[in-house]
Amino acid sequence: MTFSGVLAITLVLAVTVALAVPLGRYMYQVFDGEQVPFDRVFRPFERVLYCVTGIRPEVEMDWKAYLRALMLSNAAMGVFAYVILRIQAWLPLNPAHIGPMPPYLAFNTAVSFLTNTNWQNYAGEQSLSYLSQMIAITFLQFTSAATGIAACIAFLRGMRSRQANALGNFWVDLTRALLRVLLPLAFVWSIALMALGVPETLGGYVTVHVLGGGTQIIPRGPVATLEAIKQLGTNGGGFFNANSAHPFEDPNVWTCMLEIWAMSLIPTAFVFTAARFLNAPKLGWVLCAFLTALVFLGALVVYHAEAAGNPLLAKLGIHGPNMEGKEVRFGIPLTSTFVAVTTAYTTGAVNAMHDSLMPLGGMVPLVLMMLNCVFGGDGAGMLNILMFFIITVFICGLMVGRTPEFFGKKIESREVKLATAAMLVHPFVILIPTAIAMATPAGRSSIANPSLHGFSEVLYAFTSAAANNGSAFAGLNGNTPFYNLMLGLVMLFGRYISIIAMIAIAGSLAAKNIVPVSEGTLRADTFSFGAVFVAIVLIVGALTFFPYVALGPIGESLQLALRS
Amino acid sequence: MINLLRAIRFTFASAFVLGLLYPLFGCLIGWLLFPFSSQGSLMKAGREIVGSYLIAAPYKGPEWFAPRPSAVNYNGDGSGGSNDAPTSPALLQEVQANMRDVLKANPSLSAQNISPSMVESSASGLDPDIEFQDALDQIPRIAKATGMSEAWLRHLVESHVIEPRLGLYGVPMVNVNELNHALAQARKGNGS
Repeated sequence: MTFSGVLAITLVLAVTVALAVPLGRYMYQVFDGEQVPFDRVFRPFERVLYCVTGIRPEVEMDWKAYLRALMLSNAAMGVFAYVILRIQAWLPLNPAHIGPMPPYLAFNTAVSFLTNTNWQNYAGEQSLSYLSQMIAITFLQFTSAATGIAACIAFLRGMRSRQANALGNFWVDLTRALLRVLLPLAFVWSIALMALGVPETLGGYVTVHVLGGGTQIIPRGPVATLEAIKQLGTNGGGFFNANSAHPFEDPNVWTCMLEIWAMSLIPTAFVFTAARFLNAPKLGWVLCAFLTALVFLGALVVYHAEAAGNPLLAKLGIHGPNMEGKEVRFGIPLTSTFVAVTTAYTTGAVNAMHDSLMPLGGMVPLVLMMLNCVFGGDGAGMLNILMFFIITVFICGLMVGRTPEFFGKKIESREVKLATAAMLVHPFVILIPTAIAMATPAGRSSIANPSLHGFSEVLYAFTSAAANNGSAFAGLNGNTPFYNLMLGLVMLFGRYISIIAMIAIAGSLAAKNIVPVSEGTLRADTFSFGAVFVAIVLIVGALTFFPYVALGPIGESLQLALRS
Repeated sequence: MINLLRAIRFTFASAFVLGLLYPLFGCLIGWLLFPFSSQGSLMKAGREIVGSYLIAAPYKGPEWFAPRPSAVNYNGDGSGGSNDAPTSPALLQEVQANMRDVLKANPSLSAQNISPSMVESSASGLDPDIEFQDALDQIPRIAKATGMSEAWLRHLVESHVIEPRLGLYGVPMVNVNELNHALAQARKGNGS
């Protein structure tokens, strides 16, 4: 660990915040609907889309109608992607002649991209045609992020309205998230990535005779456009098996930084957007400061563990950082930043193989996914933050003996029950399936590494699926009927139960009046409240997950210390 | 029912825009503005394509700069790492085997000064870069196998070094494909 390494991490995170502040303002204007920038550019495109799809933008929806539209749209998109994957062999743009995806795997893949998880039980260069990469994968990477954004915006609208039922129009929010936020950003990012070396072509794989003798297949494809939305949409499902460690997905430190900024941009901007909706400008800075500090801390722990290297290899005479499963071009500080950011922001792209990280280095991504609200993914992360905010307000209210208020809305038993349900789903769908997998031969037979690390692989898989992250301790063979089904279900529950609960809360909060701020109001937009919020997130996380983390990475770390 | 119909219509319309127009437009832009990088940074010897600058090829034989170990044997069509845990016996075996190979190929080296990146597998299995020092360590072997002078090889490596960006990001490194391409050109120039 060196000073310049820490400085390198700090600068990358600082740029994220600098980019996120203006985007947060822009996103507020887009969804607030008054004085929308570039309205003249986007409006004609939206009109065409509304006309083609029969959307009536003036219709206001209550929470049930909003949720119904959200679920139906996602169901249609999931089925569409599943069908494409099953029949890709007979569709055009398949230069590598790739066959149809088998049913279990296609189910897992469609669910995975629909839920913004992007867990991959397949290798892209061997299992997907160019058309599937475009119209199934790239497409869902857009819409899953937009769905998360729309759900969160609906909640924020509910917070703002007084004794009303309307949360907005789902189709309008979805369209705006797609056309006014994600598509323009993805366009800029994909061109920048192309300029820096990422391929973007429909030309097929090239078989070459290499200089040293022998042949090699060079796979190609429309990589840059997928890569841009993969990161911006906090998706993380790569074009190639090695994901962002592949030199075509992430050829140098500049693309690596662009990818880190892309995945952290929208969730960071969202805390500022939310602050504007809640009419509490300071809240954005409070959340941004605390959560960025957690990401920074995570990156430092990874950096420390990886730079120190593997003591078992030091006994053989190999001194230096742990380079197993890492690429030379990024260097350890940038690799560590990527590891922390990709799991805090629940993207799940990897530029190093997490299975080969040192035990404490691998613990950081696991813990960040267990907390699940250190920024989190596009929209969905902000919803989790708000859910924990409600819990915090409730606990603080109990402590001072007052009816808890949440930015002017009284929090009563219905809201607390729903928020608690949303909170408990996450550990439930991690721990129960992990236990089932460890208790059954079908679960254990996929484990690649021996001893405690093998347990970590299973725990990591279900944590990643529940957090809709998608990164993996990839030694685990997930492409079995058991894991394809189990992980698919965990992804669905992890995604939709909390969205349903939060939109239901939004519905009941929208119907309440806003209590004006008074002397007796517990203000939630202060740094002291932020500290309580973080403390509650950490305490709840530790109480729920510590025994499992102790069995996995902490235990492995102790074993390593004993053996060296 | 109206909602379901609308969901289906929206799926097709947005899949057309986001899943077809957007990537196809990207391909067009790539083809027009970045003809080299958008096609995969392909490396040519004469008129023949011999690989991509970004993808490590299997350079077997003492006369080439060797890339980092690959868990997938430099299979361009099947990228990936070993996924061995730091405590795994498989990792120790693999690193020991790699150390034996490196020491056998480069007798001038000792176990104490092999860098981790030359005996631990890369994440993609296709890492085209090696650390600057690792390239220098290979020079005596290549000089012996090719008859080229060590001074010339050292100059070659130094002229291809990529320094850390902004002094902070990355380590001094060289791309093995660039080095070996230059070696091949030089050998052709010598008529050997």
